[in-house]
Amino acid sequence: MATAGPQDGTQQTGGQEARRGAFSSRKVFILAAIGSAVGLGNIWRFPYVAYENGGGAFVIPYLIALLTAGLPFLFLDYALGHKHRGSAPLSMARENRKAEPLGWWQVGICFVIAVYYAVIIAYALRYTFFSVNKAWGDDPEGYFFGEFLQTSDPGVTLDFVAGVLIALLVVWAAVLLIMGLGVQKGIGATSVVFIPLLVLAFGFLVVRALFLPGAADGLDTLFTPDWDALTNASVWAAAFGQIFFSLSIGFGIMITYASYVGRRTDMTGSGMVVGLSNSGFELLAGIGVFAALGFMAQANGTAVDEVVADGIGLAFVAFPTIISEAAGGSLIGVLFFGSLVIAGLTSLISVLEVVVSAVRDKFDLRRLTAVLVVGVPATVLSVVLFSTTSGLLVLDIVDYFINQFGILLVAVVTMVVLGLALRALPGLAAHLNRHGSLRLGKVWMAMVAVVTPLALGYVLVRAFIDTVKEPYGGYPDWMLNVFGWGTAALVLIVALVITFARRTAVTPADETDQEVDR
Amino acid sequence: MSTEAIVMMVIAMLLLWGGLVVAVISLNRRPDPSDESYDPDHLHRDL
Repeated sequence: MATAGPQDGTQQTGGQEARRGAFSSRKVFILAAIGSAVGLGNIWRFPYVAYENGGGAFVIPYLIALLTAGLPFLFLDYALGHKHRGSAPLSMARENRKAEPLGWWQVGICFVIAVYYAVIIAYALRYTFFSVNKAWGDDPEGYFFGEFLQTSDPGVTLDFVAGVLIALLVVWAAVLLIMGLGVQKGIGATSVVFIPLLVLAFGFLVVRALFLPGAADGLDTLFTPDWDALTNASVWAAAFGQIFFSLSIGFGIMITYASYVGRRTDMTGSGMVVGLSNSGFELLAGIGVFAALGFMAQANGTAVDEVVADGIGLAFVAFPTIISEAAGGSLIGVLFFGSLVIAGLTSLISVLEVVVSAVRDKFDLRRLTAVLVVGVPATVLSVVLFSTTSGLLVLDIVDYFINQFGILLVAVVTMVVLGLALRALPGLAAHLNRHGSLRLGKVWMAMVAVVTPLALGYVLVRAFIDTVKEPYGGYPDWMLNVFGWGTAALVLIVALVITFARRTAVTPADETDQEVDR
Repeated sequence: MSTEAIVMMVIAMLLLWGGLVVAVISLNRRPDPSDESYDPDHLHRDL
């Protein structure tokens, strides 16, 4: 930590940072940002998306999406938070008063995500222990949906499932404890310990998977290029969608984390490390998952493409099958589900921090008070909606709609508003260029204001048309209207209400360049 | 594995993991201003 200078401005800044909290170094920030970006999607979404969209050829649209949309958008988030030293709504308001609702929209989305994301971590936590004695017996699918979740018919019940409820309470207790400890001692310290552990555990899992019989067939299935796929628009949409959803951009997380970083930090150089770590981990996950699927196919005497799965099906049906059949399966299980728990937990913390930080900035609360104000309602909602026999159904709907018509929509709107309507990009580029190793100029602005909104807008319109044409997942209309469209709309309405219900004076961030003691 | 699949796997590894290594090295060339060793005061004391 550098000196706090004698100037008044610096002392004032020191007070501000002491009040808001900060990461102690660039390394801690990078690990926390990686912890946020590397989540369940890296492990259970990327391998399937890559396989479905051209296999080895997918690397081309994927890299182009990373360079033209992912990293530029990441820098936009960094610039907002780092320049304005505030939560998502405060940073937006300091950029331009009219942009504040965008920040609250992001906060609302994060609240919704936190509420259901926790329950998936609870499942993974239970399965880490189930792996030891392979509790699912010889029917992993029946066990997961039946014995474990006791999944009901479509509808909403208040029949609580003790096995989920208890694990969910444990997850929330751990998360709120970490949040309560603060930015450095809670979030920072958790990332410094768990991200290296995640890489080690997952790396070990991949090496084990590569030595399973049939692993090469799995990799062959994943990496064999289908060059014709590159002429297909949906493949490019999938690449932009994957990069976007995987990198934790566009919904406030990176704005919030960047506001906790030292003022003279090289944010663009740090962003390159975060972005490539996230994609590098996805590649590792793809290799591990497909090696394991190759083994499963060989053990079942089928082709690999018949056992390919993603999401819940991959984690809680395919992997238990692999764990039961492979030598040393319990170890594979503990490593796989343990990795899901860690990757999920560090992402959940970042999602929740968006809300905690925004509430603190707006209502001037102490950290612990804000954690309770946000955490207690989130825990109650999480338990009531998702630890019941209908929990997985509601989760599936909320997850789909909040991703498409929450995260993706707010991202496109944000880029258009900041880039084209408010012309905020030159000022933000100048800010990052002061200490950044990668200079941002007209190319970056074109990517953020034109290329990325067009690409993501296309993905969004496709999703909208699909969802209107065919009810998502075959659920009853009322469920889709309430938990799907309803949730997405409610978040937007609440954002507007909060913005205008209590209009507080917005003072600009102190832009002194001095580092301060933390 | 087919040759084509191996080539694509190696290319993906080189670009993503190689890119990560390059990014880490180039970031580390620039000292972290919030790191204690970069502190100008400490530097004075060391000298």
